[in-house]
Amino acid sequence: MTTETAIKAENLSLTFQTNDGPVHALKDVSLDINKGDFVSFIGPSGCGKTTFLRCMADLEEPTGGSITVNGVSAREARKSRAYGYVFQHAGLYPWRTIGKNVRLPLEIMGYPKEDQDERIKRVLELVDLAGFEKKFPWQLSGGMQQRASIARALAFDADILLMDEPFGALDEIVRDHLNEQLLQLWAKTEKTIAFVTHSIPEAVYLSTKIVVMSPRPGRISDVIENPLPKDRPLDIRDTQEFLDVAHRVREGLRAGHSYD
Amino acid sequence: MTKTALSVLTVLAAIVVIWYLAVAPMNIRVALDQADRAGETVTPETPVERREVSSWTLMAKNSSHIAAGYDLDRPRLPTPTQVGKELWKTTGAMVLKGRTWSKRSLIYHGWVTLQSTFWGFLLGTTIGIIGAIAIVQSRVIEMSVMPWAIISQAVPIVALAPMIIVLSSQVGIEGRGFPKALISSYLCFFPVLVGMVKGLRSPTGEQLDLLKTYSASGVQRFLKLRLPASLPYLFTSLKIGIAAALVGAIVGELPTGAISGLGARILIGDQFGTPLAIWSALFAAAILAGVLVTLIDRTQHVLLRKMGMRS
Repeated sequence: MTTETAIKAENLSLTFQTNDGPVHALKDVSLDINKGDFVSFIGPSGCGKTTFLRCMADLEEPTGGSITVNGVSAREARKSRAYGYVFQHAGLYPWRTIGKNVRLPLEIMGYPKEDQDERIKRVLELVDLAGFEKKFPWQLSGGMQQRASIARALAFDADILLMDEPFGALDEIVRDHLNEQLLQLWAKTEKTIAFVTHSIPEAVYLSTKIVVMSPRPGRISDVIENPLPKDRPLDIRDTQEFLDVAHRVREGLRAGHSYD
Repeated sequence: MTKTALSVLTVLAAIVVIWYLAVAPMNIRVALDQADRAGETVTPETPVERREVSSWTLMAKNSSHIAAGYDLDRPRLPTPTQVGKELWKTTGAMVLKGRTWSKRSLIYHGWVTLQSTFWGFLLGTTIGIIGAIAIVQSRVIEMSVMPWAIISQAVPIVALAPMIIVLSSQVGIEGRGFPKALISSYLCFFPVLVGMVKGLRSPTGEQLDLLKTYSASGVQRFLKLRLPASLPYLFTSLKIGIAAALVGAIVGELPTGAISGLGARILIGDQFGTPLAIWSALFAAAILAGVLVTLIDRTQHVLLRKMGMRS
């Protein structure tokens, strides 16, 4: 099987200097993410999963090791707008309508006006928000806001999607629904997705690869290839296969914890 | 709605009642002096003796003269009715007589002050906004400009105003328009500067990171994020700023020489011992401030509504 590498981290380390001494947010993390993969990062808080994602996005500068995105440095990748980033909170600008929020990256990147209109229409349909273009963020529910922020990240041509606990603040029912939609979206767009979560079922349901991380210092304790088929209805979560994978993730998390 | 109106009216009524009650002790001496000169008997009989006695005692001993205190030409404290009448005489009545722009009309004087306020507000707001942008862009500018901005507000404007007028006439600027606007802007720029710095810094880390992931330029970051995010803060500052600009314009009219403007009316009223003129000018200034602040408040409401914010 020949696969291209989208993101490659080698011995990546990041140490924050604080008043209480250095904090090792990441230590010697190495990982390959292939093009078209859906990789979940799971671990307790402080394990560095968000920091790792921010390193990929060049929002954080590693203090050691190297990271490449699409074969170039994370900085060059950011400058060439190689990825869309979805934050923990939708982070829509409150003074812009949903349509204009999705338009924001297109304006900044200088897409032609007709192309902008066409893209906004397409991605809002993709996330099931057609007809909400003229609404302001506060007029939408939390789940709809988060979908709008995903649409915003999909509007421009980036083949990588970085998602930092995007559904963390939503309730279980909305979350299930969005998970299902996200899988369909991934199938349709064939993007490479890196997804940070603290929910085991979410990680197992969504990913092709699950990266289990542990804290102090932040590191990878297990990488699990998900054997589930690509086509996943929601009730796959009741099958033995699903439960086996979830069990392995849980074991990995426990092993990481008993370290200290 | 009726509940709000009721509480507003209650406060207003309380102020008027307290004001009316205060007129009696404030004016009893003037009323007794007047009665004394008219040949009526009052106790104590001479002004020198009366000075030794408290207002309350005077009122108790001369209860028949209390009423006279409510109808004096030159009271220590005029009644609300007197002030209202004087206000009407110098505004509405002048308009009816076709003398709106007469030197005795408060509309004329108010207009003079309003012009200075406007230019001062414009100048002060511009300085405040540009200063805030510079401060947010550069730490060095913040450290070198901010202390001076704070110190400037610690200097009493009444001490500075005459110097500004003298200096501007030294450099050959004719008339009072410019120095008045300068004094006005001096008071106005600070709230705008502080509010705007806060507003431009209000975007969250996540909002800023988002633009970084788009590899947005500094200009884009400013126009698409910092500026719109700062607008609610700006309007709050503008409301304080316009009131400060009005105070500045009035202070600019106080130093000797000014003959028009609400500040000049207050000063002249003081020099000629006509308290009614002072009080009506004070009320005209207060009404003007109220109108200006309300105007900005309405603009804010409409604009932020349009921007989808719940103001």
